[in-house]
Amino acid sequence: MLAVDGVSKRFGGLMAVDGATLALQPGGIVGLIGPNGAGKTTLFSMISGFVAPTDGRIRFEGTDITAEEPHRRAERGIGRTFQIVQPFAGLTVCENIAVGAYLRHAKRADATAKARDVARRVGLGSELDRPAGGLTVAGRKRLELARALATEPKLLLLDEVLAGLNPSEIRDIIPVIRGIRDEGVTILMIEHVMQAVMNLCERVYVLAQGRMIAEGPPAVVCADTRVIEAYLGHGAAARLKAEGAVHG
Amino acid sequence: MTARDLIPIAVLTVLAALLPLVVTSSLVLNFLVFMLIVALGAQGWNILGGFGGQFSFGHAAFFGTGAYVTAILQLRYGVNAWAGLVLAVAAGAAVGWVIGFLSFRSRLRGSYFALVTLAFAEVFRIIANAASFTGGAAGLLIKLDVRAANLQFDDRAVFYWLVLAFVVSVLLLTRWIQRSRFGAQLVAVRENEDAAKALGVNALTVKLRAIALSGGVTALSGCLYAQYFLYIDANIAYGSWISVELLLAPIIGGVGTVFGPVVGALTLHGLGEVAKQFAGRIPGIDLIVFGGVLVLAVAFARGGILGLLERLRDRGRGMVTRGPKEVSHAGR
Repeated sequence: MLAVDGVSKRFGGLMAVDGATLALQPGGIVGLIGPNGAGKTTLFSMISGFVAPTDGRIRFEGTDITAEEPHRRAERGIGRTFQIVQPFAGLTVCENIAVGAYLRHAKRADATAKARDVARRVGLGSELDRPAGGLTVAGRKRLELARALATEPKLLLLDEVLAGLNPSEIRDIIPVIRGIRDEGVTILMIEHVMQAVMNLCERVYVLAQGRMIAEGPPAVVCADTRVIEAYLGHGAAARLKAEGAVHG
Repeated sequence: MTARDLIPIAVLTVLAALLPLVVTSSLVLNFLVFMLIVALGAQGWNILGGFGGQFSFGHAAFFGTGAYVTAILQLRYGVNAWAGLVLAVAAGAAVGWVIGFLSFRSRLRGSYFALVTLAFAEVFRIIANAASFTGGAAGLLIKLDVRAANLQFDDRAVFYWLVLAFVVSVLLLTRWIQRSRFGAQLVAVRENEDAAKALGVNALTVKLRAIALSGGVTALSGCLYAQYFLYIDANIAYGSWISVELLLAPIIGGVGTVFGPVVGALTLHGLGEVAKQFAGRIPGIDLIVFGGVLVLAVAFARGGILGLLERLRDRGRGMVTRGPKEVSHAGR
């Protein structure tokens, strides 16, 4: 459904993403992990159209969308959340979500009904009339999710929706994400919370210094020497193994 | 729109329409007509600045275009004044679209957009002041010929009702914007353009529609100004005084609200007139009052008079948790 083919992004002298390739089949949750500064968010921004790639192509359902505007991609069914939450602070929770719902529902009554429906699904049903600026961090994360969901996406890009949440909040939101997948939405998520990645993702991609270094089921990828070294530094894998032998 | 949305507008319309039956002083009627013309132009500014968050410092560009188009069409081409009014609105919308296209395409926002609009208005003023087509520095005098067909009326009250009808129409238009998809998208662009784009909002189209509407409404007020006073020159029509008036009124009244521009225009000009009555010999006293009110509004009532009232009402209900509308204005 989504094919990212050798995509690169150069910011001046910095190669933020360097020839990254990624392919998603419809359905399921795929993770995108990697150390800080690996280029994960930049890759997301290229898929959603906020950053133009220096090189490479992006296809969605067989159509080349590399040069399309972000709003066109949203119309095609690519929804995204932002790592740094971007609520419409002056609007209520319901109005925030309705902006997303208006994409597929031109009438106010329909859009509002859709917004209420989505709000209930992500657990914001009791906050509908509160100003979005007054939500807690967990509330704002849910709002990000709700707005993106209200556009009725086929592919949902989640950029660290669990970051900044406490363990109980994470436990609450994981079933919500799974529920979205069960309704047939394909999810690509950037996540640092490994417990969630292990729990949710069928497959993960690992990005380090702009390059895709590994791909596969989470358990396999986490044991991969290159992945361990990307996170912990050169030689870390061998040291871990040696220590494991001593303690084991 | 529901009945509840329309009742305040209906009540205000009836009250304002009855006013000339009570007040017969031509001095007061003059004041009311001028105030309503400013309110109408300010309503135009509010569509773009209030709902769209694109602060223009040069709405004189639209006001002047409305005034000049109607005057030139009548004087040079013998076009009927009512047709002139329609064409003036169309011209204002077109100028708005062009200015919008040039500046939004180049991603100008905030103070850069404000400065560009100011520059456009000044360029128009200088051209209108120099070109013989626009009457140059001598200005244009619309021939006095009091007939309804010429949009000139014997009775000031009739002109008052006409301007009032337009103000009410724009109140309805603004209420519709507030309740429509277009309005929701416009406000979303104001609050956070990137987030809006991610939700499928075509920010450029939305902003262009807003500036075209805004330009059309403000051009209408310019056209009515020309028809009422029957004289314009570059410094009146394209002068920065009108740009300032048109943005002051919504800011004082309540930016991004339906009634804000009307409340603001009434307050400013009401206070200005009162000040003139009491200190008539000090020239520019009304401008000093404007400045003072602006300082007060910025310091104590970010959401304008309507925002202040809402906050007082909320406080009265003891709703401490529900923050005032202030949030939406703090960032701008």
